[in-house]
Amino acid sequence: MSDGITKVTSHISPNEQLIFERSQQGRIGYRLPALDVEESPVNDLLPPHFQRDDDLEGMPEVSEVDVIRHFVRMSTWNYSIDLGMYPLGSCTMKYNSRLNERVARIPDFANVHPMTEEQDSQGALQVIYELEQHLAEITGLPGVSLQPAAGAHGEMTGIMIIRAFLDARDGEAASGRRTMLIPDSAHGTNPASAHLSGFSVKTIRSTSEGLTDLEHLRELCAHGEVAGLMLTNPNTLGLFERNIKQICDIVHEAGGLVYMDGANMNALVGIARPGDMGVDVIHLNLHKTFSTPHGGGGPGSGPCCCTKELEPFLPVPRIVKTDWSAGEPTFRLDYDRPKSIGRVKAFFGNYGMMLRALSYILTHGNDGLREATEAAVLNARYIADGLTSDYDKPFNSPPMHEVVFTDKRQSRKGVHTLDIAKRLIDYGFHPMTIYFPLIVQGAMLIEPTESVGRQELDQFIAAMRSIANEALEDPELVLNAPHSTRVGRLDEAAAARKPVLRWQK
Amino acid sequence: MANVPEDLHYSKDHEWVRVEGNEAIIGITDYAQNSLGDVVYVELPKAGDEFSASESFGSVESVKAVSEIFTPVSGVVTSINESLADEPESVNSDPYGAGWMVRMRMSSPGEVDSLLTAAEYEDFTKAESE
Repeated sequence: MSDGITKVTSHISPNEQLIFERSQQGRIGYRLPALDVEESPVNDLLPPHFQRDDDLEGMPEVSEVDVIRHFVRMSTWNYSIDLGMYPLGSCTMKYNSRLNERVARIPDFANVHPMTEEQDSQGALQVIYELEQHLAEITGLPGVSLQPAAGAHGEMTGIMIIRAFLDARDGEAASGRRTMLIPDSAHGTNPASAHLSGFSVKTIRSTSEGLTDLEHLRELCAHGEVAGLMLTNPNTLGLFERNIKQICDIVHEAGGLVYMDGANMNALVGIARPGDMGVDVIHLNLHKTFSTPHGGGGPGSGPCCCTKELEPFLPVPRIVKTDWSAGEPTFRLDYDRPKSIGRVKAFFGNYGMMLRALSYILTHGNDGLREATEAAVLNARYIADGLTSDYDKPFNSPPMHEVVFTDKRQSRKGVHTLDIAKRLIDYGFHPMTIYFPLIVQGAMLIEPTESVGRQELDQFIAAMRSIANEALEDPELVLNAPHSTRVGRLDEAAAARKPVLRWQK
Repeated sequence: MANVPEDLHYSKDHEWVRVEGNEAIIGITDYAQNSLGDVVYVELPKAGDEFSASESFGSVESVKAVSEIFTPVSGVVTSINESLADEPESVNSDPYGAGWMVRMRMSSPGEVDSLLTAAEYEDFTKAESE
């Protein structure tokens, strides 16, 4: 452990050293039998330029139990969705059910090689096909590809499809249509996806109500070079864009297409369908809305769903169902799509996530999916109501599945959003999303999801109210938080400016 | 209260411009650095790059967010502040001095007149933080 970090406790688990620091010269975790074949000189086996000449200096010398305890102790530093509430706004950190994990581990699915022939992988292909059908029904958009490996990847796939469509529709004139409109409340990945697909970005202002400014949208559309709009709905302020139909009409009349960022679909599933609102293409996050694992690096899955009109442009191969015929496979891989943007991922995407998402959808059923959405919105509104007396809520309208507060009241005492988030750790909760959306100063974006019951919501509200009280009575306590973790407040700026990336003696 | 030097011109995107003959020196304001928090990386253009007014010419990454920076005037970059690569913290500690970002040869120096004065910028930031 480097100097300058305050150790909070004397308990050995939080103070576990680096594996290099555990090293004891000569300690090993194995015992080999005597050599019973003739020894070969190492130079015959490995050319000298591939051999290390520093005698592996610094490599940790540890026993098996050293290694086990090292990693188990470090695992106690974790916060996870199985430990408690994870109210990261915009991230939809919902519970990942054990049943879905079990389904993903069924050997007949888990062990299928991706190059297995069509006729020998009919069950696996049927899973992909059926999940696509469900997602088409949920979004109201019939063309679905499960290839994209994550949300931003699905976004980019959607934008590439828009570009391919415009090129096919307008021919050379499409080169004059290269502007993508993005609201100022959008995720940073939106402009990145647009830029990578060869569009330049124009930002649309939000109104004081936190919604897309229709006048500004009309003004930008009047310029004529608009390829499309990228819109999150509900938006990142947790507000439903109630003018969505009108927004889509304005963009369509200007000759553009509407892409919807599906990050917040947890507020819509089973209630409203983007396809019915006029959206042309959307990505979903199976690792948000459909409960596949999210923390710890996923892997994610970002399916792309689109209208019939855009379907020919989806990535290949498509999975198609053919009429049953004796001796012929029913589910086939169709590569013959001349307008397709091509492949965006090796093989078929992150297949394990598809199994989990299908399991989630089937175990919930239509009613269950709708109830989950209702509970997600109800939970966010319960928190919105519970915290209104202590925290500044910048927008009046009732939130959907997430709610944004600010540090306006606390900052009078010098306590800011970052301090409140750090103090929340002491109460056993993962902090909320902070300083996003960028258009809200000192934003705290809270998304409880449907996975939390009333009791835990009450605990969370009590913790937040207690912190608001501390900010008034004892601001130092909040400013120096966290106090219960293995290390106190870290210098994030120094960590980013002068990172220490490897161990040195 | 944020520091707003009298002799500079300001944009509504929180950049400042110091005019030296036909050249403009550009950086971000004290108010901007304070809102961004600790700056950890500054991405700048290359000398010779050309920009028109309001175009993005780079970005500032802080512990909170990555934000684009926009040139308030049109012109060609003549030099950039190389020292920000190793010491991005200058943007926080000395936004109008060691934290300057680019020097540009202005193509239409008249553009400076449409920028905000120190007093106007101060009113603008007050209104924005309310």
